Amino acid sequence: MATQQTRSLARFMMAPSVVLLFVWMIVPLLFTLWFSFQQYNPLNPIRDGFVGFSNYALFYSNPAFLQSILNTLAIVVSVLVITVVGGILLALLIDQPMWGQGIVRILVISPFFVMPPVAALVWKNMIMHPQYGVFADIARFFGAEPIDWFGQHPLTAIIIIVAWQWLPFATLILLTSLQSLDGEQKEAAEMDGAGFLSRFIYLTLPHMSRAITVVILIQTIFLLSVYAEILVTTNGGPGYASTNLPFLVYQKALLEFKIGQASAGGVIAVILANIVAFFAMRAVGKNLDK
Amino acid sequence: MARAVTTQHKTIATAAAWIVALLIFFPILYTIITSFKSEQEAIQGFNLIPSGTFESYTEVQARSGYFKFFFNSVLLSVGSTILALLVAIPAAWSMAFSPTKRTKDILMWMLSTKMMPAVAVLFPIYLIFRDSGLLDSRIGLMIMLMLINLPIVVWMLYTYFREIPGEILEAARMDGASLWNEIIYVLTPMAVPGIASTMLLNIILAWNEAFWTIRLTTTNAAPLTAFISSFSSPQGLFWAKLSAASTLAIAPILIMGWFSQKQLVRGLTFGAVK
Repeated sequence: MATQQTRSLARFMMAPSVVLLFVWMIVPLLFTLWFSFQQYNPLNPIRDGFVGFSNYALFYSNPAFLQSILNTLAIVVSVLVITVVGGILLALLIDQPMWGQGIVRILVISPFFVMPPVAALVWKNMIMHPQYGVFADIARFFGAEPIDWFGQHPLTAIIIIVAWQWLPFATLILLTSLQSLDGEQKEAAEMDGAGFLSRFIYLTLPHMSRAITVVILIQTIFLLSVYAEILVTTNGGPGYASTNLPFLVYQKALLEFKIGQASAGGVIAVILANIVAFFAMRAVGKNLDK
Repeated sequence: MARAVTTQHKTIATAAAWIVALLIFFPILYTIITSFKSEQEAIQGFNLIPSGTFESYTEVQARSGYFKFFFNSVLLSVGSTILALLVAIPAAWSMAFSPTKRTKDILMWMLSTKMMPAVAVLFPIYLIFRDSGLLDSRIGLMIMLMLINLPIVVWMLYTYFREIPGEILEAARMDGASLWNEIIYVLTPMAVPGIASTMLLNIILAWNEAFWTIRLTTTNAAPLTAFISSFSSPQGLFWAKLSAASTLAIAPILIMGWFSQKQLVRGLTFGAVK
């Protein structure tokens, strides 16, 4: 009897979260799905209604579409490689005995707390500006021609900014994992004459594998939807050179008011995210059982 | 001999780590330095010593009413966090203390909502907000931010609550404590640290959210993310002012973040890395 009561109480306590999240997820998504099969432009009184898959066809035939998908993947993969490799190296470095370790940690983690628009604008103006930026000063110091980052290499510039924001996250998590490695095991390996490299490959790396997986999965979720960094630096340009899928959908929806096409793009973004989510959930779920 | 090698090793490690750390921190440091320069100085090439003027700070406030945006950021991040806690605490509580077969599935499903790309629902949300008059309203955005972070809040609270040993509850029950006494005198004191950590991390996340806060506001409810983004269209030389505004925008969160490193790891990895 008591358990019955507890159980219904538990359901009652859980209901608000579950209902809110369910409504928040399902209702807008159904709208998007509905719009993706409609011809709808708020600025245009003509509404043709149901148009089948033509929005998808239009979105697909738009040359920007393929480029935006490639850009999205380029951002995700490049930033992942930079942050995971850089994060492992940094974590190994910071884990060494040293003076002022606490302050080093604080300095390294800081970029993660900088809001995206600030990070992007600071890099755009103060660091990468072709005339007044620090990079330009350095280039001139060595007698080289300063690089016009956002004109010539817009996607690379955005990748650098985003990697700067996420490197601290990877480092912090990998460092936390590294520090939970059993000291005795390390000592035993050292006693047995294992060099730094073999200790790293056979002891450290396997120990960190779970943390590395988590870093990759969580970053992928956020990196798939990079937005503010593009908005305040290149605005997707020149042309579509730095437009990713979220940015293209935003442009279609709120600038061109091509709601049908934007919704089709949104549905594609959901599918892309779901493929990633599938693997993410499995990995996180496995960790739950331990 | 062995000790000498260790000291040498330590010196090298210290030097290397400090150089890398300062390089990573440099953009933030340079922003703070530039905020104390005049606009003229700010574009005169690399210079680490500012003249120490506060004119950018006063001008940012005088010209654009900086503190209105700051106030909105505080209100939105704290407000949405409190809302999320109110909804999430009972849920996390019941999942941690009377788990059922489906508890894990529900948790995973909640996490999956976090993976939905925001752009996929941009237009419907925009429509719903516009038609219900919530566009550019603080309460609308507060609800939005609450929904976005709710899965993380439930998860974090769940991982904290789960660590409260069940034996203590049984002992209290043996001693004849009622359900309410149990909650107030036994569970709450043990849950407070977890709730505080969750709150801290969530305020940071809400403060830095830069999609909905930019797209769903214009002036009235706009927080700092939207304000700073308005600097993206160059109107003359404004770097010192941009730096001053940026410094003010990131300072409180940077300091909070330094104190929440451990919780950050735990919260963002859903308890998988501690």
